[in-house]
Amino acid sequence: MSAASPVVPSDTTGLAPSAPPEPSAAAEAKRRLSSPWASLAAIVIAILWTVPTAGLLITSFRPVGDINSSGWWKFFLDPNVTLDNYRAVFTGDDVGLSTYLVNSIVITLPAVLIPIALATMAAYAFAWMKFPGRNALFVAVFALQIVPIQVTMIPLLSLYVDPPFGLPQLAGANAPGGGFYTIWLSHAMFALPLAIFLLHNFMREIPGELVESARVDGAGHVQIFTRIMLPLMVPAIAAFGIFQFLWVWNDLLVALVFGGGSLNISPMTVRLAELSGTRDQAWHLLSAGAFVSLIIPLIVFLALQRYFVRGLLAGSVKG
Amino acid sequence: MRSIHLRRALATGAVLVLGAGLAACGGDDGGGETNTAGGTSPGEGKAECEALTEFGDLSGKTVSVYTSIVAPEDQPHIDSYKLFEECTGATVNYEGSKEFEAQLVVRARSGNPPDIAYIPQPGLLANLVNDTDAVVEAPSTVADNVDEFFGEDWKSYGSVDGTFYAAPLGANVKSFVWYSPKMFADNGWEIPETWDDMMTLSEEIAATGIKPWCAGIGSGEATGWPATDWLEDTLLRDGGAEVYDQWVNHEIPFDDPAVVEALDRVGSILKNPDMVNGGYGDVKSIVETTFQDGGLPILEGKCALHRQASFYAANWGEAKADVQIAEDGDVFAFYLPPTNDENGSPVLGGGEFAAAFSDRPEVQAFQTYLSSDVWANEKAKATPDGGWVSANTGLDVANLTSPIDQLSAEILQDPEAVFRFDGSDMMPGAVGAGSFWKEMTAWIGGKSTEDALADIESSWP
Amino acid sequence: MSTGEKFLQLLIVIGLFLAVMAVVLVLTSRVRSRVGEILQTTAFLLPAVLLLALGLLYPAIRTVIESFRDRTSSEWVGLANYEAIFTDDALLQVLRNTAIWVLVTPVLATVIGLVYAVLVDRARFERFAKALMFMPMAISLVGASLIWRFVYSYRETDAAQIGVLNQLLKSLGFETYRFISTEPWNTLFLVVVMIWVQAGFAMTILSAAIKAVPDDIVEAARLDGVSGWRMFRYITVPSIRPSLIVVLTTITIATLKVFDIVRTMTGGNFGTSVLAYEFYAQGFRAFNNGLGAALAVLLFVLVIPIVIYNVRQMRKVEAR
Repeated sequence: MSAASPVVPSDTTGLAPSAPPEPSAAAEAKRRLSSPWASLAAIVIAILWTVPTAGLLITSFRPVGDINSSGWWKFFLDPNVTLDNYRAVFTGDDVGLSTYLVNSIVITLPAVLIPIALATMAAYAFAWMKFPGRNALFVAVFALQIVPIQVTMIPLLSLYVDPPFGLPQLAGANAPGGGFYTIWLSHAMFALPLAIFLLHNFMREIPGELVESARVDGAGHVQIFTRIMLPLMVPAIAAFGIFQFLWVWNDLLVALVFGGGSLNISPMTVRLAELSGTRDQAWHLLSAGAFVSLIIPLIVFLALQRYFVRGLLAGSVKG
Repeated sequence: MRSIHLRRALATGAVLVLGAGLAACGGDDGGGETNTAGGTSPGEGKAECEALTEFGDLSGKTVSVYTSIVAPEDQPHIDSYKLFEECTGATVNYEGSKEFEAQLVVRARSGNPPDIAYIPQPGLLANLVNDTDAVVEAPSTVADNVDEFFGEDWKSYGSVDGTFYAAPLGANVKSFVWYSPKMFADNGWEIPETWDDMMTLSEEIAATGIKPWCAGIGSGEATGWPATDWLEDTLLRDGGAEVYDQWVNHEIPFDDPAVVEALDRVGSILKNPDMVNGGYGDVKSIVETTFQDGGLPILEGKCALHRQASFYAANWGEAKADVQIAEDGDVFAFYLPPTNDENGSPVLGGGEFAAAFSDRPEVQAFQTYLSSDVWANEKAKATPDGGWVSANTGLDVANLTSPIDQLSAEILQDPEAVFRFDGSDMMPGAVGAGSFWKEMTAWIGGKSTEDALADIESSWP
Repeated sequence: MSTGEKFLQLLIVIGLFLAVMAVVLVLTSRVRSRVGEILQTTAFLLPAVLLLALGLLYPAIRTVIESFRDRTSSEWVGLANYEAIFTDDALLQVLRNTAIWVLVTPVLATVIGLVYAVLVDRARFERFAKALMFMPMAISLVGASLIWRFVYSYRETDAAQIGVLNQLLKSLGFETYRFISTEPWNTLFLVVVMIWVQAGFAMTILSAAIKAVPDDIVEAARLDGVSGWRMFRYITVPSIRPSLIVVLTTITIATLKVFDIVRTMTGGNFGTSVLAYEFYAQGFRAFNNGLGAALAVLLFVLVIPIVIYNVRQMRKVEAR
């Protein structure tokens, strides 16, 4: 299996001119789908998907009086630009926006890395290791996706506050690390079912002969996992990583419940939620806040996109 | 001028000795034991700290406060703790969250409650007391303060089954009708003194071609609450405080004929296409309009009257930067007039209460501080932009800056006024934060008065 | 905690985690025997399984137990909570709405995501175009609810509109329409929001899958004269079938759990409530633990058909 050598997508730019114009199934399908109509359909969908957001973007630059009294499209007739909304996002709070930003980053990175690492290993076990009750266990893990976070709040927080077997307290007044640990741990737990499910599905698409032949050559599971699977899984991990990043980045509930309640460790979403004031009287400020908190996820998407733009398992399947 | 009225303004030397004895002489109507930390208070000898020195030296101690009040209204609260921190050496950690109601219950049940929570609904307090054992009875020092500075009614809102838990903090007046003084003056309209006058005025306004009233009850998951205030206000006027109390406590059915009558009275405005919905459309547009936007057409002259609480002042400010909220300004409010002479001038309002989840000395000291006139005045002074009042009779109205706050404080402190707490905040969550909101929304949407009220009645747990 | 300390914590936790994982992997890989196999399996599985048992399974079991107890979880009430769900008209409507959400959202989100992925594949602005559809996923919920407010907002026909759809209707000479409060269509307008969010997920995963379809298959099909719609129908779709199932499954479960959209846009009014929202409202607003738990258990039950379908698919793949 010479093609078994791990193939990381080499063309990271995706659309670089050097890429040969290989006809993918979709490209071919599209080309024959009478191109002008296809382009038109794509543009229509793109517009439908973007107009609502564009409306908010424009709104975020309008003075509050205008926001309430006329539609955002009136902006084009009577451009009346203000940065007040953004100013209110960046100031107007004791805890600076940079603190929230730092907290969001500190919360997000481990909350993405840890579940992905654990899920990749578990997915490998479910896909390629043989043990009794494998399928049943996998189905159970998969089914746990349905459990809403709200159900876990009280039992899990009670465990953190008052852990059994004399384990150290993780939440509450004397929480170590100021409360980050419980946020990381909780995010990891909640991410696992979907992560294992998705990664397992991608992993199963890797040809079984690849693993078998490596086994025959005397490679252990750890070697196969680290040397063959991980490199092949990079696109899938990147794809899931993006989504996990988004969910954690935009999460308010987990941070509120398990974060121990100090603003010092609160993420951006906490600031965003309170931006509109106790009685939502300043809801227009949310328009600006939404875009401030959108910037980093969008950068991450654009940055990670190149890792899977060439196909989740581009190299391997050809072999 | 700082006025200290604390009954237990203790002489400096007696602090330690009296610490244990406080409970014994802790007033005739209960109150839990008061704990002290011992040591010499850092505030010893300072006049403004007099009330707090009895708790001893609290340096290095921390009190956590959890509230539903977030920026920008949180800063005045944080500032109002400075005196306490200076006097006792303790530190107060403030946390505000708009998910407060659900989160507080989660934290209390999980064994991770804050030290103090500002609870805006007596119903929630009752839930916490009954469903969890987390809430701690208020110490006698707090009970005494409340006896001195608040009416009996306010104390009862902080009590569950006769036990006093939480002292009142801030308050708001809900029985207000917002209007434009300029618009009134231009048209020669007078502020109505009775309900009938108000209806006559409404018809007069309607004759000029605009819809006199505007309203919005949209509020996300709490959609419907402004309509519940309407019903409470009219029932309080039509039926009087006694019927109102029976209704809130479910001693009469939710759909008692008196309530049907009161809701129909609301309907004569909110469901009357000639009366609503100025600037927004017909009756049904009320449910599509958020309560924040509800009154704003007044600023454009498209509507003349908007019934909403004193805290709506903040919404005017958000909607128009230089809006003047004063009797001679752009907008102001008048007292929603009574419907008859028999029941006096009832006032519907709301407020928060400071419940404690710990009886550590520093927590009790902070509770005591919050229930005192000292804090009320500190808070007023820490709120230069207005938007806060209290029913604390020790609050000097002169410390309030905005005219609407002053008016609210006068109404709240008026011994003649019959004050009643917002009923939906006192009912069980299933009704007060559930079917009541929902059915009122459905009622505006076309459901009949009888059906809506009967459905709420059947949902009472 | 200062910013420096926070980043230190961050580095410590990541470093510690990676170090522990590395040590475990190295140690278990040393053992080459039947015992070693077992050790390796344990090392790969145990951390995830433990976290899941603690974080999700244990609360789920507690929820099942609580669903047979009363509002404060103090007394057994048997099936009373379930009885309440299936006899209350409002709750029956909740079930019907949930069915609509689950039937409509996954299919439409997936189809739109797939079509879009195919259409922009290898287009000049592919990455930009994909970012456009991806954006709704990246916007926080508060942002999304505000966005749709400016779409659906209602004002009477004569008034100045702030909702873009009603402006459209007005410009075309129609009366303005109450998108949020007109039953029963309002549920569909809320579903649109979910589709808007989830299509980006479908598009991202499916686009990657499309790119993984082997070129030789495409080439062979083309030599056979297959093209256009038939290429899409008989080559593209079957090739990405596993990914399609994954996407459909994931969106279906996400839809079952959705409650934020209903919560912020209607608060469950106007007959728009769904199971996940009602569970939240009963459990955390009305403080009716028992009923809230029973509604959550119903969610668990609804996932069973999805699980069975996926198990069948797995079997099929294995049988190949």
